[in-house]
Amino acid sequence: MSGVPQALDGIKVIEVGGYAAGPWIGKILANYGAKVVHVESRDRPDGFRLQYPPFKDHKQGINSSGCFAYFNDSKYAVTLDVKKPGGIELGRRLADWCDVLIENMRPGVIDRIGLGYEDLKKTNPGIIMLSTCNMGQTGPRSASGGFGSQLSALAGFCGLTGFPDGSPQLLYGPYIDFVAALVGAPAILAAIDRRQRTGEGAYIDVAQYECGAHFLSGALYDYHAHGRIADRAGNDDAVAAPHGAYPCRDDQWLVLSCWDDGEFARLADTIGEESWAQDKKFSTADARRQNIQALDRGIAAWCAPQDADAAVAALQSARVHSYKVNTVADLYSDPQLSHRRIWRVRKHPVIDDQAYYYPGFDLSENPGDVVAPAPTLGGDNDLVFKGFLGLTDEEFETYQSQGVI
Amino acid sequence: MLEPYRVLDCSDQLGWLAGRILADLGADVIKVEPPGATLDDPAWRANNVNKRLVSLDLGTAAGRAAIRRMAASADFLIETAAPGSAEADLFDPDALNAANPKLIHISVTPFGRTGPRAQWLASDIEFMAAAGAMSLAGEPGGEPLRVSVAQSYSWAASQAAVGAMVALTHRTATGRGQHVDVSAQAAVIASIAFSPAYWDMHRENPTRAGAFMTGRSVHGANYRVFWPCKDGYMNFIIYGGVAGRRTNQAVTSWMKDAGAELGAIADIDWAVFDPTQATQQEVDAIEGPIGRFFLTLTKAEFLDGTFQREMLGYPVNNVADIAADPQLEARGFWQDMPGPDGGTERFCGGFAIVDGERLKVRHPAPSPGQHSREVLGEFGFSAPEIDQLVASGGAAE
Repeated sequence: MSGVPQALDGIKVIEVGGYAAGPWIGKILANYGAKVVHVESRDRPDGFRLQYPPFKDHKQGINSSGCFAYFNDSKYAVTLDVKKPGGIELGRRLADWCDVLIENMRPGVIDRIGLGYEDLKKTNPGIIMLSTCNMGQTGPRSASGGFGSQLSALAGFCGLTGFPDGSPQLLYGPYIDFVAALVGAPAILAAIDRRQRTGEGAYIDVAQYECGAHFLSGALYDYHAHGRIADRAGNDDAVAAPHGAYPCRDDQWLVLSCWDDGEFARLADTIGEESWAQDKKFSTADARRQNIQALDRGIAAWCAPQDADAAVAALQSARVHSYKVNTVADLYSDPQLSHRRIWRVRKHPVIDDQAYYYPGFDLSENPGDVVAPAPTLGGDNDLVFKGFLGLTDEEFETYQSQGVI
Repeated sequence: MLEPYRVLDCSDQLGWLAGRILADLGADVIKVEPPGATLDDPAWRANNVNKRLVSLDLGTAAGRAAIRRMAASADFLIETAAPGSAEADLFDPDALNAANPKLIHISVTPFGRTGPRAQWLASDIEFMAAAGAMSLAGEPGGEPLRVSVAQSYSWAASQAAVGAMVALTHRTATGRGQHVDVSAQAAVIASIAFSPAYWDMHRENPTRAGAFMTGRSVHGANYRVFWPCKDGYMNFIIYGGVAGRRTNQAVTSWMKDAGAELGAIADIDWAVFDPTQATQQEVDAIEGPIGRFFLTLTKAEFLDGTFQREMLGYPVNNVADIAADPQLEARGFWQDMPGPDGGTERFCGGFAIVDGERLKVRHPAPSPGQHSREVLGEFGFSAPEIDQLVASGGAAE
């Protein structure tokens, strides 16, 4: 593991649940030095382990899922069956050991298991617990469960993607889960900071739906203040014109946008349409929007035969907002992402080399890292239960024989 | 929770939400805007509520000196200066750190402060393109799309907030601040889920799926995701597994209760139905009667029915639907604050409920210059110094 001291060294996190919303928080904390233990049971492992490809060599296997691995690098994994005798007791020992417990089950489930906040704080008064679920722990529809891909529709994102006269569009995967993870994670670290001063723990109730609203807060304000209902608008923008995506050669696309008349003149110059800058039809953003079809034809004609990277390089050197529409594959060769070392390849015992995502921020003194590949199911039982928790060999074997571990 | 800390927020839209998150967590966040800035953009108001405002002209020597002096005693500084610009020189990480080694300095920029494309120009659509998100949204083979309300700024700013708090944890342990360098492009990659693993492991390049779920049937059948209803669309999918079976059974009994034509689904035993083995013809036969039934429902009826019947599926909401949702009302999500014209303005409330209480919005969206004198005073400027700063055009009140 990393030799540089990390910002979250010494912080101990337990993760109960699975899929994306909880584990993505733990992954980011782990990338900056927290010790994060992902808890599963052999009967019910994390759903991403078996239900979602890509699998190593296209063969489903408990430790073969690249999807699970992508969300769980740099962590430890243990198996713990709370339904077996002694299971709750061992769960409590884990909870007493940790600083932070993250769970993303349906509201009430963790309480019923006996690992609810009120129970845990009796023996670990400083514990910080974060619960994340679709609707939050309270309210008339708190019991709603569901997938983040569908919640992204309720929260407005799908309806805002597509053309005005067409169907709403999917966003890839459980979009809103990642929104909620990033909006919610700062609350955990703020609570840790408060605990340093006061000794108090905290219970943090994160509703993914509400975090999603913060990503549309301007549009929601606009509705409340002015009654305006934002709608899907293809790639159009209220300010910039032109503003859109254009096909290039070999099925590539690029996007470009012009935010003032000067930038539009530079675009016109770059694509060999010098007369546009003098043309009354295009003299203001509103005029350009009125006559966008003529502009789009001209821009598309310039883009069509070109390599997207070359076209964008020409536009950027003329100071025009633009970028290639990176495909997923392109993310691995984008020079700026390479400069930031966004992909960190680590050797997984089953999957072998896999590229893990390094978050979008870097620290000057304590750079984070993908410190390890994702763990196998129960792969750290020995280390966590004996090494971290201090179970004796005898205790460990008893729990094993009872089927708890 | 962050009550002891002062935050200088000099950001544009790339950083607004970061300051808002710290403010919701209790920090004293001071937004810095140039004198005369118009502050009526809805996204500005929504993301800068809960902050106080100082009007400083960072283009003047006096304004620059003032922000440097304030940074010397602040805990956090959030800025979005474009790499290579004069403002980026003002916010030089080494100089700020030398003046205040405890300062946590957060730069949110399009591509990070360094690198071959650090000085490229980008707005929301370019970020969504550069992070791969647009390649995954839109009709298969059609135009790649962004979400029509800008998302990338919030992705960048939320990662900035996490970075700020990671740095604070280290500072509390060691007393040392540091520089947090956020790339909007890199931040948005968090939105594309595990799609990168397909290329990494199999050299398969995931692409946009439009309004259908693909890749789930060995026969290549596509499953409908968005279904037209009386007043819009719904998101509903024929899933497999335990949850899918329960939902499929529930929609069948809902249709029976409503007296709807069952068609092909009358003969289906959902306990054995396996969506991975269905052909397109079979899927179409199943989806036909369900689609006709959904056309008789409103979004509100669908939301109510799916909840009562414990089904998976949600209506495709717009902002008006979200604003009217009783769930958000019951949780006290909306917060009304005094507005500039004597009315009230409604905002998203604090982003979480902590220890049973929603994180508080304490300050209304501020007006230009509103807190200049008060805040400068708190940072140790004397009244004559403030007068002089205003007279020189470095500040406004």
